[in-house]
Amino acid sequence: MGFLSYLINGLGLGSVYAIIALGYTMVYGIAKMLNFAHGDVIMVGAYVAFFALNTYKLPTVPAVLLAVLVCTVLGVVVEKLAYKPLRQATSLAVLITAIGVSYFLQNGAQLLWSSSPKVFPALVGNGSLTLGSLSVSYVTLITIATCILVMIGLTLFVNRTKTGRAMRACSEDKGAATLMGINVNQIISVTFAIGSGLAAIAAVLLCASYPQVFPTLGSMPGIKAFTAAVFGGIGSIPGAFLGGLLLGVIEIFAKAYISTQLSDAIVFAVLIVVLLIKPTGLLGRKLSEKV
Amino acid sequence: MADEKKLVLDVQDLGIDFGGLTAVNDFALQVFEKEIVGLIGPNGAGKTTVFNMLTKVYQPSRGTIRFLGEDTAKKSVVEMNKAGIARTFQNIRLFSQLSVLDNVKAGFHNSITYSPFSAIFRLPSYFRQERETEAKALDLLKIFDLQDKADTIASNLPYGAQRRLEIARALATDPKLLLLDEPAAGMNPQETEELMAMIRKVRDHFGIAILLIEHDMRLVMGICERITVLNYGMLLAEGTPAQIQANPDVIKAYLGE
Repeated sequence: MGFLSYLINGLGLGSVYAIIALGYTMVYGIAKMLNFAHGDVIMVGAYVAFFALNTYKLPTVPAVLLAVLVCTVLGVVVEKLAYKPLRQATSLAVLITAIGVSYFLQNGAQLLWSSSPKVFPALVGNGSLTLGSLSVSYVTLITIATCILVMIGLTLFVNRTKTGRAMRACSEDKGAATLMGINVNQIISVTFAIGSGLAAIAAVLLCASYPQVFPTLGSMPGIKAFTAAVFGGIGSIPGAFLGGLLLGVIEIFAKAYISTQLSDAIVFAVLIVVLLIKPTGLLGRKLSEKV
Repeated sequence: MADEKKLVLDVQDLGIDFGGLTAVNDFALQVFEKEIVGLIGPNGAGKTTVFNMLTKVYQPSRGTIRFLGEDTAKKSVVEMNKAGIARTFQNIRLFSQLSVLDNVKAGFHNSITYSPFSAIFRLPSYFRQERETEAKALDLLKIFDLQDKADTIASNLPYGAQRRLEIARALATDPKLLLLDEPAAGMNPQETEELMAMIRKVRDHFGIAILLIEHDMRLVMGICERITVLNYGMLLAEGTPAQIQANPDVIKAYLGE
């Protein structure tokens, strides 16, 4: 009986990781950079949702939409100000800049809203669905359903629209894409917008399960989701979903059956093993160097 | 010639320096509508550099490029493509993990006008334009005998078919001038023969001008109406295939003294 409920809880946690991992994987796929500030965009999303719900008493849906809007704008602005000037720079410079942006957002949040945690209001109550001996909270069900919707929507967008096609073209060969009339800067902006908007959704889902908002809120989920993206094969959208879900399940199983303290260590150990066997991640493509 | 053909491309005094090295200097070239022009020269003469300047991958250091009567000095790579210059590459640069159909559809990017909003909410304009694009892309593939390969991943195509797909993708951007960088590279004589017929067909069917770089002299002499010879980054000769073949400077540049 425990197994099934652990599995569902794992999928719930994994769904959050998957939605965050998408932001990492899409940005990496197109801009070829690791946006380590992505986790902190989640944090900003959480604060926006918190103030919208708690201070301005907005209903849930407008509050979530507001968080999505703010994060989308934040993602695009950060890209324009911090990353775009470094388009021709070495990847190390971009990486360090991303870490800088991450600290900037964290410390900015601390300055504005103090480091003491705020309690996120309950969105759907503590109800749960009971089927025989199995009991699953509504929050978990909503999280999993959201993840499935995001997955379907994003897959349709990337495969069936002109912007999605242009994104795939840019991830293959930016130079050739430009020569076919595709504005690569615009496509990179769209990628950051989508990734950051999804981060806001992940923020609300995360806070619905773990109702505390604090400036370093995004760090751990960010790192876990980055791990999930690498696990699934960074640059691959299905890989981010698979990696996120697996990581969530492994984490919950490790907590349930092995040790709560060791669960994170076990998660990262699994990652190391996977990368030893398949260095490109589960669904990653082998990169051939151009000569 | 007294004909009233419209000037598509007019290049004057074009030059570019890389650091202290002058790669191309004092280059001039005219291409008229519906004309097939060859750009030839020994290896390293600067032919691809000229293509890169015409598409603004490199910003020229000197000179003017007028396209369809308009000065292009301020145009970016994307704007040059929108103005009507499309190209293929010496070493094939397809979107190798995209399907054949998606490669061509990516070329249609700027002719699709639906907003992201209608794409997300799946409004009628989205479906209509996607259907139209699909039909146009399939028509284009048919011309290049690739219609049966529409769902194949581009990198799985045979070499000759990849070269054809590159031309199809470039044509999808609706150019007035098509630049082909060594289209016959790596092709056997029979494939080259087919390619020549195809280049003529593209010119006639789309009514566009074509400028091509090529080392295969049979192709160049066979289909080009005029030829420009580049040597050490300088214009060496210009004329009809017969004139070029008889030009002692050209013979010297290719064969040595």
